[in-house]
Amino acid sequence: MLRNKVIIAGVGDSDIGKVPDMSGLALNAQAAKRALDDAGMRMKDVDGLLTAYSLTEPYFMLGTVLAEYLGLQPTYCASLVVGGGTPGAALHHAAMAVTTGQAKVVLVTCGENRATGQSRDEAVNALTQVGHPYFENPYGPLVPAFYAMVTQRYMHEFGTQREDLAHVAVRARHHAVRHPNSPMKSEITVDDVLASKPIAEPLNMLDCCFISDAAGAFIVTTPDRAADLANRPAWLWGIGECHTHEHITLAPSLTEFGAVQSGSQAYEMAGVGPKDIDFAELYDCFTIVPIIEAEELGLAERGSGGELFASGETAIEGRLPINTHGGLLSYAQAGASGGIHGIVEAVRQLRGGESARQVPKHDIALIHNEGGVLSSHCTMILGRDKR
Amino acid sequence: MENSRRDLGPLPGPDINADARTYWAAAAEERLVVQCCDECGIYRFYPRPLCPDCASDQATWTEVSGQGSVHTFTIVHRAPNKEFQAITPYVIALIDLDEGPRMMANILGNDAIEVAIGDRVRVIFEERDGGARVPQFVRAGD
Repeated sequence: MLRNKVIIAGVGDSDIGKVPDMSGLALNAQAAKRALDDAGMRMKDVDGLLTAYSLTEPYFMLGTVLAEYLGLQPTYCASLVVGGGTPGAALHHAAMAVTTGQAKVVLVTCGENRATGQSRDEAVNALTQVGHPYFENPYGPLVPAFYAMVTQRYMHEFGTQREDLAHVAVRARHHAVRHPNSPMKSEITVDDVLASKPIAEPLNMLDCCFISDAAGAFIVTTPDRAADLANRPAWLWGIGECHTHEHITLAPSLTEFGAVQSGSQAYEMAGVGPKDIDFAELYDCFTIVPIIEAEELGLAERGSGGELFASGETAIEGRLPINTHGGLLSYAQAGASGGIHGIVEAVRQLRGGESARQVPKHDIALIHNEGGVLSSHCTMILGRDKR
Repeated sequence: MENSRRDLGPLPGPDINADARTYWAAAAEERLVVQCCDECGIYRFYPRPLCPDCASDQATWTEVSGQGSVHTFTIVHRAPNKEFQAITPYVIALIDLDEGPRMMANILGNDAIEVAIGDRVRVIFEERDGGARVPQFVRAGD
């Protein structure tokens, strides 16, 4: 039971978009430095390090390499690989490490130079690793094709419309243009999404997240450090995981995923329910994904997630703001960085003061990360105060 | 013609590891085989040493009917490599075999892009580079 035992002391993100003059490790270092500054801590306070993986700089022991790169000799160090679910899983692991005393201050940092650190062909090639090498890749799938098959089935079962999907992208962009660090500066319309190039039907180009150079970082520690911090910490109220499959061929269902399970664990630990959530940062590598997550996490009825986005309720000023930074669709997606920006954003929103995109009610945040093809799920509930 | 894309030259053959060897050897003889658990009778795909339902390590390779239905599909316009890009648009589907397991394949045939969820399909074998054969499906009646 981790409720009230763990705080996120600081958050940071790197320069984002196309950053050709920085390596992937340098982006992580920049995000780490900014998170430490945000916490009012120094690098030498860090005795635990968790990171993810890098397709552009595939070091054999990325966690240990990053420790070396930062000048750290941690007593707790690992690379975790559950795709886009990694930042959430890393928070979970870091929380267990600080509550058991294996480390006092854990730095979590994820991201890579995926936009400029490799050619387009290399990027595409690396992403075929998501597919099964022996039983899926002979059929020519790319990641969008996997999610397109989920989308197709979901639309078939629940009547989700192409326009509903488009609204998810339009809303994400509308939020991103309000974020000072966002590479996206202009609005898009539903017609733009529907008219963008088909990638894997029914998904078009603007239904898919774009590839960035980006990293994000956060600092995990125990509440006894709260008084010494430079900024208000966020409190971990609840967290849960569920890993049901990796390859879509083996998914137990294409209409029911592991977010139900990860979400119910997080709600139970937090002692709150979906109606208590003030705002949410949902993983959105493709437009169908936050629709499914919103439904699985009880933020919308099954089959009405599309309506939630189309209705405007997820706007900054709406009933339930979602993806207030622009998400993967319009803020950043650099491998495992995608989900970490949702965690960073939630902590900033909980503190308040995010001017143009500050949500009015900001006491309880829900963040959901998923990796693979809706394979590995982590749901987090953070509070502005102790629960 | 069942498989018009052969005109473009064969696509790459499958990578094969020890788990997959029996499956692909059967496919080379145009037979679709899956493992059937000796303990609980469940058919499983993809091949592996333990039953995912009961963890038994005893299974028998069994030829299946090759009949199934389309659980979902996508029409791909952006391919992972130049060989597949040359044949866009093409259909990838998840097929539920009548015996139970689900597998991925392309839907081939001249009417492939008219495929719909629930369509009945049957297996055919597509020739690949180096003489390999890959299970594929066509809409039943083709």
